[in-house]
Amino acid sequence: MLDRMKRIPYHVVVAPILAVLLAMVVGSLFVLTVGESPLAAYKVLLQESFGTARGFATTLQRATPLMFTGLAVAFAFRAGLFNIGAEGQLYIGAFAAAWVGFTFTNLPKIIHLPLAILASMIGGAIWAAVPGYLKARFGIHEVINSIMMNYIAYFLTDWLVTGPFQGSTMIPETKRVAASATLSRLMPPTRLTTAIYIALIAAAVVYILMWRTKLGYEIRAVGLNPTAAEYGGISVAKITVAAMAISGALAGLAGMEQILGLNNRFIQRFSPDLGFMGVAVALLGKNHPVGIVLAAVLFGALQTGAAAMDRLTSVPRELITILQGVIIFFVAAEYLFSRFMKVKGEA
Amino acid sequence: MWKILTMLINTTIFSATLRMATPLLFAAVGGIFSERSGVVNIGLEGMMLIGAFTAVAVSWYTGSAWLGVLGALLAGALMGFLHGVASIKYRANQVVSGTAINIFAGGLTVYLQRLIFKMAGVSEAVPRILDVELPLISKIPWIGPVIGRQNPMVYLAFLTVIVAHVVVFKTAWGLRLRSVGEHPAAADSVGINVYRMRYAAVTISGALAGVGGSYLSVAHLSRFVEGMTAGRGFIALAAMIFGKWNPIGALGACLFFGYADALQMRLQELGIPTQFVQMLPYALTMIALIGFIGRAVAPKASGQPYVKEG
Repeated sequence: MLDRMKRIPYHVVVAPILAVLLAMVVGSLFVLTVGESPLAAYKVLLQESFGTARGFATTLQRATPLMFTGLAVAFAFRAGLFNIGAEGQLYIGAFAAAWVGFTFTNLPKIIHLPLAILASMIGGAIWAAVPGYLKARFGIHEVINSIMMNYIAYFLTDWLVTGPFQGSTMIPETKRVAASATLSRLMPPTRLTTAIYIALIAAAVVYILMWRTKLGYEIRAVGLNPTAAEYGGISVAKITVAAMAISGALAGLAGMEQILGLNNRFIQRFSPDLGFMGVAVALLGKNHPVGIVLAAVLFGALQTGAAAMDRLTSVPRELITILQGVIIFFVAAEYLFSRFMKVKGEA
Repeated sequence: MWKILTMLINTTIFSATLRMATPLLFAAVGGIFSERSGVVNIGLEGMMLIGAFTAVAVSWYTGSAWLGVLGALLAGALMGFLHGVASIKYRANQVVSGTAINIFAGGLTVYLQRLIFKMAGVSEAVPRILDVELPLISKIPWIGPVIGRQNPMVYLAFLTVIVAHVVVFKTAWGLRLRSVGEHPAAADSVGINVYRMRYAAVTISGALAGVGGSYLSVAHLSRFVEGMTAGRGFIALAAMIFGKWNPIGALGACLFFGYADALQMRLQELGIPTQFVQMLPYALTMIALIGFIGRAVAPKASGQPYVKEG
């Protein structure tokens, strides 16, 4: 019995699934408080997000930025760093992409679009490199500085879109980006764009970078044991800054999707916590690109189904936000399941 | 020049400073309890939000704003306890657990708001705690207009700071609290129950954050507004760090951040965008952290789960 238990890659596959199921049970309690049937509510949710091609396309669109932020958080995690600042990096990346998008208006698409994408990566990378540098140089924990940088990013972009870069209207948003900097829609009228391809490529690149290159090896070595890595001749300081910068570049891409794909302009405080949800996606996906893509699709589906559930049942759509919080909680407290499994195994 | 000075330094601004600092004070002191015991609490924001909502819901049903504050205290304590269960018992990453609480709180409050008040955005107006005028003190020139007429919760916040200072630094319990946050194994070896201390601290932390949130909804305003904490939990976290993890220090930081908050409108009149003033607490905290380098200011075991050996 114990032998068979060992062969199940428990912590990789079973724990995340258990966490999601348990969260659904908790969610059911909330559904019951409004007097609806949890099964009916979940059925509406699934039908909307996976039942039709259009619904599934929306699920993928919602999943796209989460793939980027999930990869961002996971990349830093692998280096032993907690990038809670993906949200701020996303805003800076988004603004950089928007700025390139609306400033240069007579470039051909083949130059303009890649330039805007690159800008988002640079913006995110710089914003993330700051807490990385402060950690490497002074040993200050990256979590605190990333949180502070999030708020600085919110207020900085608040100012940019209500001040120097406000569009012509009184609405706090920038001008629209030029058509040459927008991503093509794959399945109108859904807003799924080629950003999904970029996200999948990013996942593949992260996999190769992390497991097939020297840099990736060094990042993982630092993540596992920085002291040993330093003795092994790896510069922990350099790796820390590099890992944070790459993480930030990935978060910046999430902002890019929101601008060049979804909204075509920078709207003040547009992000529905995409950066923080990246923490959930990374954890649920076990910090592995494949897991992250799947976890992002799950969260994308929840968000897609939420609107339908809100419309067709009396369950408020915020049930999904509650679910997302509870899922993170259970994934975080994974030790809960390992004990539960152990007891079962011993019995 | 004189005109600008009187614009920035006057009793109205100072009075507003105290009001703005109040929710921060409760939450920052809460953060101190938690971190002093070794548990990082970035869930302060969510705990404040749940406190703000609970206060309004209780005030709505009972007609008593003070009962609302009590409800906020209990709801915050419950969230703190949950954070403890995840991070102490199940060794969850404390930052992740805190993030979960923040997201959960954002969803839960709007969900319940729509259930109870049948509307999104803002709740109905509920009974609030009214300002009081202190006899004699309110008559003193300069000081009277600042502290003489305030909300009782403002006074309560200052009292909380003093009590917290005494508890943390002048009592045996406080010594035990600090010891589990500095060196849990050593504390354990002299018979201190590390887990119980941490549970107590993180529960207190949630309770105080909840009360801080309730100030916003049933004292400052008289209704719940979606996401009304607007980052104050994180400013409180910054104030805790800025104040070097001690209540009096945090008081100074909260007053300063509160002053910056109160000044916003005036500075805008001078042509300084409010956003740069709003950034200040965060930017200054980053600078302060660099200033702390090489000095042991943060509790050493903060953020690390404690696993008892054997």
